[in-house]
Amino acid sequence: MKKLVGLAAVLTLASSLSAFAFEPAKTECIAPAAPGGGWDFTCRQVGKTLQDLKLVPGSMQVTNVAGGGGGVAYAEVVSKRDADNELIVAASSATATRLAQGAFPGNTMDQVRWIGSVGADYGIIAVAKDSPVNTLPELMDMIKKDPSAVSVAGGSAVGGWDHLKVLIAANKAGVEDVRQVKYVAFDGGGEAVTQLLAGSVQAFTGDASEAKGFVDSGDIKVIAVLAPERLEGDFASFPTAKEQGIDVIGANWRGFYAPGSMSDDAYAYWVDAIGKVYASDEWKGIMAANGLAPLDLQGDEFQAFVKESIDSITNLSKQIGIVK
Amino acid sequence: MDTLASLADGFAVALTWQNLFLALIGCFLGTIIGALPGLGPSNGVAILIPLAFTLGLPATPALILLTSVYYGAMYGGRISSILLNIPGDEPALMTTLDGYPMARAGKAGEALAISGIASFVGAFFATWGLVFLAPQLVKVALLFGPAEYFALFVLAFATLGGVASRNQAKAAFAAALGLGIATIGVDGQTGVPRFAFGEVHLYDGIDFLVAIVGLFALSEVFIFLEHRAGGSGADGAMKVGRVIPRWKMVRETVPAMGRSTILGFIAGVLPGAGASLGSFISYTFEKRISDRNGTFGKGDPRGIAAPEAGNNAAAGGALVPMLALGVPGSGTTAVLLAMLLALNITPGPLLFQQNPDVVWGLIAALFIGNLMLLAMNLPMVSLFVRVLLIPTRYLMPAVAMISFVGIYGISGSTFDLMVMIAFGVLGWVLRKLDVPLVPIILGVLLGDQMEKNLRRAMTIHDGDWTMLFNSWLAIGLWAFAIVGFVLPLIVGRYFRPKIADEPIAEGADPD
Repeated sequence: MKKLVGLAAVLTLASSLSAFAFEPAKTECIAPAAPGGGWDFTCRQVGKTLQDLKLVPGSMQVTNVAGGGGGVAYAEVVSKRDADNELIVAASSATATRLAQGAFPGNTMDQVRWIGSVGADYGIIAVAKDSPVNTLPELMDMIKKDPSAVSVAGGSAVGGWDHLKVLIAANKAGVEDVRQVKYVAFDGGGEAVTQLLAGSVQAFTGDASEAKGFVDSGDIKVIAVLAPERLEGDFASFPTAKEQGIDVIGANWRGFYAPGSMSDDAYAYWVDAIGKVYASDEWKGIMAANGLAPLDLQGDEFQAFVKESIDSITNLSKQIGIVK
Repeated sequence: MDTLASLADGFAVALTWQNLFLALIGCFLGTIIGALPGLGPSNGVAILIPLAFTLGLPATPALILLTSVYYGAMYGGRISSILLNIPGDEPALMTTLDGYPMARAGKAGEALAISGIASFVGAFFATWGLVFLAPQLVKVALLFGPAEYFALFVLAFATLGGVASRNQAKAAFAAALGLGIATIGVDGQTGVPRFAFGEVHLYDGIDFLVAIVGLFALSEVFIFLEHRAGGSGADGAMKVGRVIPRWKMVRETVPAMGRSTILGFIAGVLPGAGASLGSFISYTFEKRISDRNGTFGKGDPRGIAAPEAGNNAAAGGALVPMLALGVPGSGTTAVLLAMLLALNITPGPLLFQQNPDVVWGLIAALFIGNLMLLAMNLPMVSLFVRVLLIPTRYLMPAVAMISFVGIYGISGSTFDLMVMIAFGVLGWVLRKLDVPLVPIILGVLLGDQMEKNLRRAMTIHDGDWTMLFNSWLAIGLWAFAIVGFVLPLIVGRYFRPKIADEPIAEGADPD
């Protein structure tokens, strides 16, 4: 009899928490980089929101598995944590880029399940405030005329996302051989902007959030935002590339993947939880604070989105010779 | 004075019980983090970010906590450099050169006290520099393009000979080894992995800390294991000596501190140079200027004062581009920057106008933290030196343990532990061959940046080498580099015989 009461109590408790067949006991988020980076913040902020909204029991543990630009964490999840139902891993465009270019040796996107996005940081292309260039087509014409006259600085390595954005734009603008576009890699967007101010380079490619401080002070001139439509707030006055006839969207998205053999119930639970975080007011505040623009994709939609972006990056990387 | 009024407002922000308490905690934790091999300022700050998050601290207190840890770690790094010949973090590397010989000569207490004072002087004046010069100094940072940075790193390498007191060829070999190690990992300018052998763990290159802890701490443990049978090694009987330095010694080091503060501060202001370059340049410059009798490298107090003032001044300098441009001048400021962004503060040219309470509160907290650190560090010297009284057979296992825990704690990767052990064995072999270890780390630290900047300059100018001498600044740096390299070869003739005559077999360690 006592047993029965206990069971009933457990059942009521379980049903009161949520309607899912899967309930996590303790949850974990792997940040595939050292503390302090973008993935680390994705884990910590989403973890905190999950906790505040009582979507997970207690707090979410954040584990840092640094190395190989996320490759170490990816390999570990695939080989050792493949059936873990309580684990999610932070990811971004960089993850997709590296998967597309085979920079995670032996790993493909099908080995994990993609859960959902929590926002995107749209790309911008900017020049110094006293530059004669005022629009994206003008910059592209300069590149067409003499590719060696324009150096574009960005915070990622060659073949990385900052580089690819410019190449996609150049491709759409009709630059025949995109390999001629001169890209100079710096350690992070901040250093790249500084070199733009110093006059060492002629243009900058990066994320909207990286450039915000300099846009506010008027030191740089944003000539194109690589978003489907104009951004809100401070960036509202800058035209999109699309408006200027160059149809290119460069979104540095942030989101999560989960182990490949996660049960369907657990997957449904996580898709729902991340969706709820995205829809919450708390998260809207965090997005505004961090310069994240909306990108609302969960479950299958997100899976398809990642697949599509990996395919297009693979094509482009083949064109520029990074992938053979 | 506007600036002073703002600073006074800053003190009003910083002087609350909560903030003072956070600064105290930060300074204390920072000192320990800095002293432990394997944990440097950037990891220390990164590890504490979650704490600041969990406590739900607003922007100013969170920054006060984290910058106190930063300054504390810059102070703390010297402790294990001096006492154990193991740099606690990368900027404290140069302090081993004279610090450890001083400790061996029974002057550990004085070495710690001098370096504590030097740290204070460097950090104190650098903070004043931050107050008055930040807007102007930002313009200096903008003068440096890739070509100028390359010339700056060439200058650093040209003076490398100053590090090795004895065999220049072996120092050159060690530096070359370091340059080689620096090339491991994905090459940013082509996106292609080099010397990674398909191993994902190597794509990010070799972490400096893994190399430092392996080369210095583990090789020390190996040497201990090797001599264990010998029993009564000289190490066990190290004297502690006096704790308060003689006034004469302090006075002698004052010019070194002054010069090094300026050099370190400038190195810190340049994003992409940083504290390691600051302490390195300060040391080699000081050695060139004042090493009349060849005492540097054998326990000269000026050889401790210079790098410590230099690296602490650089820590203050690195805050200039971070606050005024939003560009990190060092690994630690990169982490602080991420923290600022998470707190909804956009660093950049307008930060001083938009968030004056944060900026000036932070600067005031730096002054407070710095005083606290001095007050904390000087009396604690007598506590620190007791480490030397611990018999080596207890100390070494602890060093090994801290090394493993520290390195594993950063990356959570057992691969890094293997790399660390490999470096430990390498360090042990190199010590046997009497090859100095410091130039290896300098090769790794500086070589990486030197290569990147050369490649950037070449890309921008389509491979035109003459563009490396395109500005007066670059030409000036090249001239200094050439003079710094050639002059000792000529002038050295007059001093060298005297140095060479001195008995080398003082029983000093290979480095």
